[in-house]
Amino acid sequence: MSSWLDYTINGLIVGNVYALVAVGLALIFGVSRLINFAQGSIYLVGAYIGWVAVVQLHTPLPLTIIFVAVVAALVGLIIERFGLRPLQNSVRIAPLLATIGISFVLDQLVMLTFSPNPRALPSQLPDVRFQVGGGTIGPLDLLIAGVGISSAVLLFVFLRYSKLGWAVRAASQDRDAAMQMGVDVNRVNQAVFGIAAALGGVSGLLVGMYYNQIDTAMSLQATLKGVVAEVVGGAGNVPGAVVGSLLLGLVESYGVAVFGTSYRNLFAFLLLVVVLVLRPNGLFASARQAPPEPLTGTFIAPSRPVRIPRWALLVAAAVFAILPLLPVSFYVLQTLINAWLLGMLALSLTLVAGTIGQVSLGHAALLAIGAYTSALLSLTLSVPVGLAIIAGGLMSAALGTILISPSFRLRGHYVSIATLAIGEIVSLVILNWESVTRGPIGISGIPPLSLFGYDLISPTSVYWFSFAVMVVLALLQARLLSSHLGRSFRAIRDDDVAARAYGLSLNRYKSLAFIFGGFAAGVSGGIAAHLYSYINHETFNTQQSILALTVVILGGLGNVVGAIVGAVALVGLPEVFRIAAEYRILIYGIVLLLLVRFRPQGLLGTI
Amino acid sequence: MAEAHAPLLSLRGLTRRFGGLTAVDGIDLDLAKGGLVSIIGPNGAGKTTLFNLVTGLDRPDAGEVRFEGQDITGLSPERLAGRGIARTFQLGRVFGNLSVMDNVLIGAHTRLRAVKPAVPVIGPLLELGLALLRPSSVKAEEERLREEVKAILARFGERLLPRIDQPAYSLSYANRRRVEIARALALKPRLLLLDEPTAGMNPSETAEMQALVAELKAEGLTILLIEHKLEMVMRLSDRVIVMDEGQKIAEGPGEEVRNDPKVIEAYLGHGLSGTAEQESAA
Repeated sequence: MSSWLDYTINGLIVGNVYALVAVGLALIFGVSRLINFAQGSIYLVGAYIGWVAVVQLHTPLPLTIIFVAVVAALVGLIIERFGLRPLQNSVRIAPLLATIGISFVLDQLVMLTFSPNPRALPSQLPDVRFQVGGGTIGPLDLLIAGVGISSAVLLFVFLRYSKLGWAVRAASQDRDAAMQMGVDVNRVNQAVFGIAAALGGVSGLLVGMYYNQIDTAMSLQATLKGVVAEVVGGAGNVPGAVVGSLLLGLVESYGVAVFGTSYRNLFAFLLLVVVLVLRPNGLFASARQAPPEPLTGTFIAPSRPVRIPRWALLVAAAVFAILPLLPVSFYVLQTLINAWLLGMLALSLTLVAGTIGQVSLGHAALLAIGAYTSALLSLTLSVPVGLAIIAGGLMSAALGTILISPSFRLRGHYVSIATLAIGEIVSLVILNWESVTRGPIGISGIPPLSLFGYDLISPTSVYWFSFAVMVVLALLQARLLSSHLGRSFRAIRDDDVAARAYGLSLNRYKSLAFIFGGFAAGVSGGIAAHLYSYINHETFNTQQSILALTVVILGGLGNVVGAIVGAVALVGLPEVFRIAAEYRILIYGIVLLLLVRFRPQGLLGTI
Repeated sequence: MAEAHAPLLSLRGLTRRFGGLTAVDGIDLDLAKGGLVSIIGPNGAGKTTLFNLVTGLDRPDAGEVRFEGQDITGLSPERLAGRGIARTFQLGRVFGNLSVMDNVLIGAHTRLRAVKPAVPVIGPLLELGLALLRPSSVKAEEERLREEVKAILARFGERLLPRIDQPAYSLSYANRRRVEIARALALKPRLLLLDEPTAGMNPSETAEMQALVAELKAEGLTILLIEHKLEMVMRLSDRVIVMDEGQKIAEGPGEEVRNDPKVIEAYLGHGLSGTAEQESAA
């Protein structure tokens, strides 16, 4: 029994930490209808600022907390002013993508400054435990609870009694009406981002002290947990976010108690998916609401695609096809092989995110499904590699579509959250399902690529193989886009309400898009598995999902040629300029930010 | 009511509440085949919500919708489209990035046969396969529909045909409304719901639209019309229904309704803002 009390206390403490992140997210969502994916990065910044204060400046605890809160708030203000305010009048997807770009940039800056190795963040409190009933509780637990509760009280007082707090509440109820009544929405946004960032930063500090360890992987986890808690409580609902956080803390804590530590996150994401499917407006949402009536095509930037003449495409394809016969180095071929693999993933994502408008943030999961299927089939059942890769594509198409189908009724930013969560679930299942996936050890000794019994080992043959597969997939997709399915997908993207009114079933066509896109991604993953010869649950991670999204936006959403051009550009240019590996992610983040700001339709235009 | 004269569309006690507000409150309505009924009323009277209930975009809290004698209450919009109910939207909902041709082709989606075999379970996969392989039957169907679309667009004179390959977002407001109506006609509707087809149009464009609706009526199409421009309503309607605060406050031939004191009060009494906007829109 005593251990259950411990798990409950632990759950509530962790929940309190999540609440600090989730309340910030809820405030921001309330005012700008935006899910701030950079919130976890601010939490990361808070943890490292705290480390600087504690370990290098030796500040006492109260000063540490204030220092972290102030610096984090400044970061929040900078994000609002330079990252988001310029996007106020752009397409709805733009601010979401901008926060993703910002989070990449912040995480990488922290990593480059402090190195990716974990660091100890010593707690500045005495290490004693008090007996409470059957469990124990330490001073840090009490501090976390105290900070959580006092921030909630302060926030309540601010929102309730200060003039700026009124403005925040007015803006979150009806932004346009508030503006007409003279509320300075920019100032409200500043206040909200400042407060949210301060809370997020302090929460990073406290978590760092709680586990006595900080590392750069904390960022994404914090964003995910905060988003889960916020959505469970109802997006934009501040008290709901607190309750959602405590609930999430408890669910995780009990889940860990029953199944073990590696299941912690699985429970968090399953909770999210269940809530999204059953109560997409959160546990505390009021009754069903009137369907919104947006104006036309507000999600995708309207643009005219650049028309590339057929002969130019043929010439380009011919040049790339004969490239291995020319005196080029293996290094160039290797780089282009990577580009072709990324190109296949981008083809898949440009169909799903661009053509039918489901901005997926978990697309790497489709790679993983394809890779594991192909690797396991060829290793354990000795299926020929060529067939195994096709099976990987089919498995990815089928399983990916089934997994994503609960989110088909969601719209806009919720789709992105759901796909992110489903991507994480896939990776966690791979980690935990040891009897099939070999768990954390991964799969090694995957046979090399082969076709009709001939091994493809030389870079030249691998190059031709991957290039040919990508070209075939691209041609198929171009044919799909020119059929009635192409216009049906795009109609659903532009206005799903009008599409339904004309007989287009969203489930049917979203499924078809994911089946087609899942196949391309699965094939890409399958080929990658045989190239790498070793894969584990981290081979295909969220970073790749975001990289693919950057490629797709760079090329132009829905644009087949654009996806390939984008892949070649993002893989090739860092090689051309010999940019060191650790700076590349930073550059991808900056590219994403610049694109969203200055060319949301990408290089070749949205189709 | 005799079977032979059963109305094409009939609503009984249709009700929809949003929190404390009853947007549609116990509405009864009968629309005979080939008839044209107009719904008028101040802004916020619940006209568009009523359309949403009939077309399946919203579900009623109480009441019944019958179409061709069958209960269709709460069916999904895609199934209702399949039964031949087409609508236009008040604020204009064309597919912005699609060309005029593609917009109107989407209207014909429910009539695709060759490429959408009615096979259970694997039907969608066959559709994907047929879209990629494109046997001659699929090509012929697509070609036939494209010809039909051109014929529909020709009804709008030179307004849309020269812009057939332009994306809808580049069109003028009035042309977007025309595209919406063309899209609805491509469905070959048995019932057409028009939600303020002349909103934002100037007098000559309005006259053009009025002539088109009259033509459609003469061709035997059954139409439910929401319209603020009373002259058009009076000329076209067999019957006019007046809604205010969710309720039907008057029903009858145009002239009769026009002189009904309750209607005058609804417009001039608490509905002042509605008439003001109507005038500015006109």
